[in-house]
Amino acid sequence: MSTSQLTEGIVPGRLDPESYCTNFADHAPALSAQEARIAADRCYFCHDAPCMEACPTTIDVPLFIRQIATGTPEAAAKTIFEQNILGGMCARVCPTENLCEGSCVRMDAEGEPVEIGALQRFATDTLMAKQSHPFARAERTGKSVAVVGAGPAGLACAHRLAMNGHEVTIYDARSKPGGLNEYGIASYKAPGGFAQAEVDWLLQIGGITIVENWQLGREGDGDLAELLGDYDAVFLGMGLAGVNALRLDGEDKEGIRPATDFIAELRQASDLAELPIGRDVVVIGGGMTAVDAAVQSKLLGALNVSLVYRRSRAEMPASVVEQEHALTNGVTIIENAAPIAIHGNGAVREVEFAYTKKGEGGLEMTDATFRLKADQVFKAIGQTLGDMPAQIEIAGGKIKVDGAGRTSVERVWAGGDCTHAGEDLTVTAVAQGRDAAEEIHQFLMEG
Amino acid sequence: MADLTSNFIGIKSPNPFWLASAPPTDKEYNVRRAFEAGWGGVVWKTLGSEGPPVVNVNGPRYGAIYGADRRLLGLNNIELITDRPLQTNLREIKSVKRDYPDRALVVSLMVPCDEDSWKAILPLVEETGADGIELNFGCPHGMAERGMGSAVGQVPEYIEMVTRWCKQYTRMPVIVKLTPNITDIRRPAEAAKRGGADAVSLINTINSITSVDLDDFAPEPTIDGKGTHGGYCGPAVKPIALNMVAEIARNPETAGLPISGIGGVTTWRDAAEFMALGAGNVQVCTAAMTYGFKVVQEMISGLSDYMDRKGFTSTSELVGRAVPNVTDWQYLNLNYVTKAEINQDDCIKCGRCFAACEDTSHQAIAVSDDRVYTVKDEECVACNLCVDVCPVDCITMRKLDKGEVDPRTGETVGDYANWTTHPNNPSAAAAE
Repeated sequence: MSTSQLTEGIVPGRLDPESYCTNFADHAPALSAQEARIAADRCYFCHDAPCMEACPTTIDVPLFIRQIATGTPEAAAKTIFEQNILGGMCARVCPTENLCEGSCVRMDAEGEPVEIGALQRFATDTLMAKQSHPFARAERTGKSVAVVGAGPAGLACAHRLAMNGHEVTIYDARSKPGGLNEYGIASYKAPGGFAQAEVDWLLQIGGITIVENWQLGREGDGDLAELLGDYDAVFLGMGLAGVNALRLDGEDKEGIRPATDFIAELRQASDLAELPIGRDVVVIGGGMTAVDAAVQSKLLGALNVSLVYRRSRAEMPASVVEQEHALTNGVTIIENAAPIAIHGNGAVREVEFAYTKKGEGGLEMTDATFRLKADQVFKAIGQTLGDMPAQIEIAGGKIKVDGAGRTSVERVWAGGDCTHAGEDLTVTAVAQGRDAAEEIHQFLMEG
Repeated sequence: MADLTSNFIGIKSPNPFWLASAPPTDKEYNVRRAFEAGWGGVVWKTLGSEGPPVVNVNGPRYGAIYGADRRLLGLNNIELITDRPLQTNLREIKSVKRDYPDRALVVSLMVPCDEDSWKAILPLVEETGADGIELNFGCPHGMAERGMGSAVGQVPEYIEMVTRWCKQYTRMPVIVKLTPNITDIRRPAEAAKRGGADAVSLINTINSITSVDLDDFAPEPTIDGKGTHGGYCGPAVKPIALNMVAEIARNPETAGLPISGIGGVTTWRDAAEFMALGAGNVQVCTAAMTYGFKVVQEMISGLSDYMDRKGFTSTSELVGRAVPNVTDWQYLNLNYVTKAEINQDDCIKCGRCFAACEDTSHQAIAVSDDRVYTVKDEECVACNLCVDVCPVDCITMRKLDKGEVDPRTGETVGDYANWTTHPNNPSAAAAE
């Protein structure tokens, strides 16, 4: 290999082969049984526990931790899966510091929460390693439901529907199920093909068929009317297909791409050494996608990685833990700066930023500017809904839903990031898919 | 640093911390290490009569129960008295005592319940230069089946008889070790005193099964699929031991009889509590078996600091200081009214007080939507359960002053009054 971290341009193989293994190993390794026992002993078994309230899927955290503490991790896993069938992935990707662990009373007591996320992983891994599925389907109802999107919302919805005795077909635009779990999160958060293993395990419930490479409304695939004709109900959980643009001249220059594309490519790469990465990488945005793109750029061997956010660090959607993870990995975080120009001849060479300040009408650009050398730029300033069937009512750029995901169209529900109630969190999507399934079930059984 | 020197029935030791007669004191090697670590004295593991020594099981002899983080709270054992030859033990005792003349070295004894057996062993022990003997009337397993140990300790007449023999045949001080496996600890203590005992020591271990193997369906520790009750000790038995010590200390029949306190002493604080309830010194086993001999260093520094804080210049100022405050229920002041108070600054909002009070007590804690827990004085009976379950110790009891009205009863707090004069008591003494 003649390339190194110093090589200019977007090139593969910047690191020695072993470094890729080290860099992309599990960033939060599983607890050993001993570690789990000690961690579980710290739970106070709170009344009306704040951690449970803080969980979008309302997992009974004190109960499952007590089940771990008493030597029954499989029972603990069932407690988790009853509320959140993707509890294994959520244990890995949830920003627990903002959710369950952030509300742990031990934060008040000594500033160190019970390690709820790690304990959840311990329990779910234990059960999933046995390849046993803790749920059985109810008596068949003869009803069928189409689920669009095999991401967290769609999978959670499908599982609950199948459990309730309905036949489910999931349609997904990609070649593999999993959605963002498979294509959208940092590799080191769920290494070892966990996303696919989880889908396989989930499908053990039975009654779920997955149709891949099928996109709603695409010529030759099918549209909403056809689904409504073929199925008793439809659930839309296709996530966000588009990405926001910088709206700058030169945005189409070589080297500039959506961070989500980069992450998806990385997740599917069979050999990370063959994945090209820039020497000087600039990531624009402040969410988890931005952090995931920045950190993984660094881990692929980029020499300089800057994450630039238009507001302050305190306002970043990425949690403090995520930010610290980026800083620890050598990412430079620049706050209060927004891109104003892209320089380069054919390919991007520099991005020019202006510092921002808070004005009366919102964020304002100042006259203070700077340029960052960049041979690669990742845009991570939010995603947008793709093409939607005309009859679906949209609010604020997302599908409008009422209650447990009812859309404006009869017999059509929606959940996850594609709805206005979505929070761009796996766990929220799971909760919405599950709750929609229960409402669909109620609807089907009354009908 | 306070003077921790102890003089227990004439036996002097640099501190009141002795190792109890148990596995840690079975041989010279251990005892020397214990003395090097700072222990004030040891009671050598129980010797039996001359002849073939007893044998022990060759499978597990201990079982345990645990608290959080596998902290050992209770230990149970089915080990018997020393399984080494009498002469070996006697030789080692003599050697150790010669090298550590300033430490207390008491020898525990258990021989068959006949005069000749006791008469035979006492001069052998005396010859070692040991400071005293402790009669093991407490061991609840194995030896009891052979008519020794707790089989003797459960019959006050035997205690008195054997004690008398010992006092007759040796000039050494005699400590009688009592078993808790009886209904009233005062009776064996009285018997020991009648027999002329210089002191009693208690408690020995409690009959127990620590756990059951749920696959083999056998009690643990399990020997080839079977188990037997063992002797329970460690932090979990301390409350039982404290009460028994106090009962003897406040019993007019035995008041003033020196007591060596035993039962779950793990820290300096435990030791101080035993001493406050009348123990002249303490004996320790499980703490050493859990953490090693070094624990005595914390006990020494802790007790010393405490005594300095209290201005005590000698352990004798501490011994028995709490005994006058141990009373019968009927004399407790029924006009002492307290209410729980939650310190909101320290509260971490776990809600355990609420769950405990709401589900199992008096529904005297209110919770707001934002998880602020407050005490309802009109319901609070001051049971203390909230204090006990609070993980951060942020609940205290506020005493109502005389003249204040208890919002629960509507009654004004008055002067001391107890059950003996309460109108609900059918046998209440009429007010003069």
